[in-house]
Amino acid sequence: MKRQHVAWCFVGPALVVIAVFFALPVLAAFAMSLTDFDIYALADLRNLRVVGIGNYVELLQRPLFWQALGNTLYFVALGVPLSLGVSLGAALLLNSRLTRFQSFFRTALFAPVVTTVVAVAVIWRYLLATRSGFINYVLGLFGISPIDWLGNPHFAMPAIILFAVWKNFGYNMVILLAGLQNIPRDLYEAARIDGASSFAQFRFVTLPMLAPIVTIVGILTVAGYFQLFAEPYVMTQGGPLQSTVSVLYFMYEEGFKWWNLGNASAVAFMLFLLIFAVTLLQMRGAGRGSAWQ
Amino acid sequence: MTARPAALVVNGLLIGASIVALFPLLWMLSASFMSPGESSGYPPVLVPGHPTIDNYRELFARAGVARYLANSVFLAVAATFLSLVFNVMAGYAFAKLRFAGRERIFKTMLGALVIPGQVAMVPLFLLLKQLGLVNSYGGVIVPALASIFGIFLVRQYALSIPDDLLEAARIDGASEWRIFGLIVVPLLRPIIVTLAVFTLLGTWNDFMWPLIVLTDKELYTLPVALASLSREHVQDNELMMAGSVVTIAPVLIVFLVLQRYYIQGLMMGSVKG
Repeated sequence: MKRQHVAWCFVGPALVVIAVFFALPVLAAFAMSLTDFDIYALADLRNLRVVGIGNYVELLQRPLFWQALGNTLYFVALGVPLSLGVSLGAALLLNSRLTRFQSFFRTALFAPVVTTVVAVAVIWRYLLATRSGFINYVLGLFGISPIDWLGNPHFAMPAIILFAVWKNFGYNMVILLAGLQNIPRDLYEAARIDGASSFAQFRFVTLPMLAPIVTIVGILTVAGYFQLFAEPYVMTQGGPLQSTVSVLYFMYEEGFKWWNLGNASAVAFMLFLLIFAVTLLQMRGAGRGSAWQ
Repeated sequence: MTARPAALVVNGLLIGASIVALFPLLWMLSASFMSPGESSGYPPVLVPGHPTIDNYRELFARAGVARYLANSVFLAVAATFLSLVFNVMAGYAFAKLRFAGRERIFKTMLGALVIPGQVAMVPLFLLLKQLGLVNSYGGVIVPALASIFGIFLVRQYALSIPDDLLEAARIDGASEWRIFGLIVVPLLRPIIVTLAVFTLLGTWNDFMWPLIVLTDKELYTLPVALASLSREHVQDNELMMAGSVVTIAPVLIVFLVLQRYYIQGLMMGSVKG
């Protein structure tokens, strides 16, 4: 049994860290979400009261919570398909036999992924400026009048979505590219012999073969996009007219600006449940999709 | 379409996409050498008329960026080194050592991957407050000491180590620690580099948790400091671009040098996961 003992010495430290600094806080978050933990309880725990699902009920009656939820869903619903589309397009281009300098292009397209969100968000804030921004300048060349990207509630979220797509598409692109390279050449060969056009090959060979990877990438991207925070924090501070307050931004302000920690925990938990539910839906959808083929 | 025009289209599109991907970064670099106000001219100025390093000088002399840079470097290196020790040991044990409940614990951890880290943040903050770690380097490092993803990555790789090799060493009388240090770690070198790059970039770029746990300016990391500076200095484009260069350049260079390892980790994390 000496070997068991040694094994525990190997896993023990990591497991303790994960248990104490992750598992325990997650459980505590649920417990806290059932209390009115606030700045008074922070000072003296005797001020703490259990309110049951009170925080949840109250949140569901707060217009700002619904707005944050709506903004986040807007970001996910538009940002994820756009991201995946750009990733897939770029991966297909990179995978083309006609492509020269594949590794140079791959590195160039991937570069935004490794950059620091906060720093590139600062850059984009200037690029998106109404009067002096480069993006409006380019649009002006096409006769489009300047857009107040970050100052107009209708354009702020689309601007953040464009930014997020630029920042993130390289990640999925690299994964999809590996998937494309794993598709056996014989399949295309066979399709060509059967007289399939390029489009038909894409539709009936590439897409079905890539479907499992697209599902995984889709699930990960949705989960990631639900965690929108740094972009609005730096680019818009939730504005204008709270059009870019995301669920996490709301949680951050609720918890660490107003110190309504019970409320913030409830927000975090609802976000988790939402991500979980959407992931399950995606998995079921994918299961049905593959049954069809 | 014949081959030639098609090749032009494909490569042309890739060139266009690369310009879009790289333009903001190149513009940042260029604007960081411009004199105040130059980068917000109309029509846009792309290259500095009289390149100057005044922005960098001001950044380090007055905005205290040297301190933030030092904080970021220290935190990223310390968190990477310590978490490598924890994760590599655990990942190897989950792959090759036998102990009660191994599979069950591993499955539970994988299941826990669906829980976003932000769920834990509020209680984690209170816990660290009790431990006196809020507003200290420890507050950033301690929660990062072990990661489920890191353990998973190492385990997947360590599964390929032949059992015979370890058994032979045991028969020769080597202790488990010797085997780990002399046989396992060298074999795991590629995945260790991969995980190191991942952790380094992840810690460097992290924003929300350092923002929450560090309240004293002296302790700010570059992203947290940059976010706060950009709120104070909205008009100083060129200064902010220099700050962005200082924040982005180190990670970009690390990535370019160790690209192969980074991409490999990305594949293992997504495709095999």
